[in-house]
Amino acid sequence: MNQQTEELLALISDYQPGGEFTGAYNIREDGGCAGRRSSENVVITSKLGQPGIDILVKPGTKGETVYIPACVTHSGVDDLVYNDFIIGENADVTIVAGCGVHTEGEGESRHNGIHSFRLGRGARVRYLEKHIGIGEGSGARRINPVTRVELGPQSYMEMDTTQIGGVDTTERSTEAAVGEGAKLIIREKLLTEGKQTAVTDFTVTMEGEDSKADIVSRSVAKGKSRQSFRSVMRGNSRCTGHSECDAILMDSASVSASPDLEANHLDAALIHEAAIGKIAGEQLIKLMTLGLSEQEAEETIIGGFLK
Amino acid sequence: MGLLQLQKISVDVPNVREILRGIDLTVEKGKLVVLTGPNGGGKSTLAKVIAGIQPSSSGSILLDGEDITSLDITARARRGVAFAFQQPVRFKGITVRDLISLSAGGPVSEGQMCELLRDVGLCARDYINREVDASLSGGEMKRIEIASVLLRRAKLTIFDEPEAGIDLWSFTNLIHIFERMRGRMEGAMVVISHQERILAAADEIVVLADGRITAHGPREQILPTLLGGGEKCAYCPGQGEACAEGAKA
Repeated sequence: MNQQTEELLALISDYQPGGEFTGAYNIREDGGCAGRRSSENVVITSKLGQPGIDILVKPGTKGETVYIPACVTHSGVDDLVYNDFIIGENADVTIVAGCGVHTEGEGESRHNGIHSFRLGRGARVRYLEKHIGIGEGSGARRINPVTRVELGPQSYMEMDTTQIGGVDTTERSTEAAVGEGAKLIIREKLLTEGKQTAVTDFTVTMEGEDSKADIVSRSVAKGKSRQSFRSVMRGNSRCTGHSECDAILMDSASVSASPDLEANHLDAALIHEAAIGKIAGEQLIKLMTLGLSEQEAEETIIGGFLK
Repeated sequence: MGLLQLQKISVDVPNVREILRGIDLTVEKGKLVVLTGPNGGGKSTLAKVIAGIQPSSSGSILLDGEDITSLDITARARRGVAFAFQQPVRFKGITVRDLISLSAGGPVSEGQMCELLRDVGLCARDYINREVDASLSGGEMKRIEIASVLLRRAKLTIFDEPEAGIDLWSFTNLIHIFERMRGRMEGAMVVISHQERILAAADEIVVLADGRITAHGPREQILPTLLGGGEKCAYCPGQGEACAEGAKA
């Protein structure tokens, strides 16, 4: 594993340079494998015929953390990977994915990670995905994650996805089907600056009786960046769904939000909230009356909002 | 020399509803001064002028002898001006603990936080990790605002209608807080209020109507004129403009 990968790993996970992950892990570096380990309950194997891995979590596995980071360490890399997660019944695990892209030259680099999850009955997953772009190169850093989730009966998934700057373009697509009594929670945090663009697309279908979904996206658009948020929430049975898009607009950035609710059952209760606006003047004034400068006040407001 | 000296402060700009016409006022160290008067008379504008939120059109402001007229909100705050908002500002993602630490200018221990919130009738354990967003009621926000402003131990603390939007229980405690503060404060407090019980806790009362100070003196002297004992009253709390009109005493 090269030094750039170590640096990126520290940014996207709790990895300490020179250290090692505890438990099962697979480190992807520039399209290759820079390290892998399975544990007794989490088995990681290469896919045949296409790039990527299968991650099998045995039924009843409790409290394990699985690290699946991907790093692109230089310009001119176009990486595509398929990772499939099969989570056994009643397993309870944390999966730390995350992707870091570094460019030092003119050529662009791209990581397309296609992750699919199948959660068995009663399984619980906490999925953490952190994206970052670094490096002095003029080459564009692009990250396009695709996440597909199938939640089995009574299962639960919490997806925490964060991208705070550094990525020139991103198209994030998440599709989920929520089964009977299952619950999906998505928390997205996004910050774009300069000329970056970010497109977020959520499609959640609540198929099972008493399924639940809650999506909250908070974003800050600075500079001349552009963001687009689209969420489709479909209720095909008795279910409750909530989606919220909240964006702070700065400088000459632009944000568009398109909520879409579709209820196909009388007992489908769906709510969407969207708010886009600049930082409220009274918030800045309040913090300035506590002795913060205008810039410190702005940083405090954004820091809290994206916490 | 007064802690705060306002000299010929005027505000007359198109987008400000309440105007001020040549306000001269001195607030001495250790005093609790209550600013009262009819709605639209200029009280809130004056408070904002002192904190630097509203620029004045003319006149000067001295804090501890230093001319702070040209200083911005931040610089005045750093020199010891604290301001409690009539309608506390809400923030997404900022917790009660964050807000209190920001007010204190550094980390605050759990013990201190407990004591502070207890003073305003809140249990720290239930509140410190809550966000100061729409999930808190107006009354809760107000109590947190008052607690965090008191914590600053500023030279000059301004409260813009602390009684507005709080429940009766909080109100009683609020009075206690002012009464207690009066005895031990090192700086001075300016409180905008219509409440008789807050007026009764004042050292001095200033009546502001139509952008001018119409009365200023010790509580014992001013309060009886406000409570409408005689035929003429300088300003009757709650009776609005009509009463103040005939009373340029």
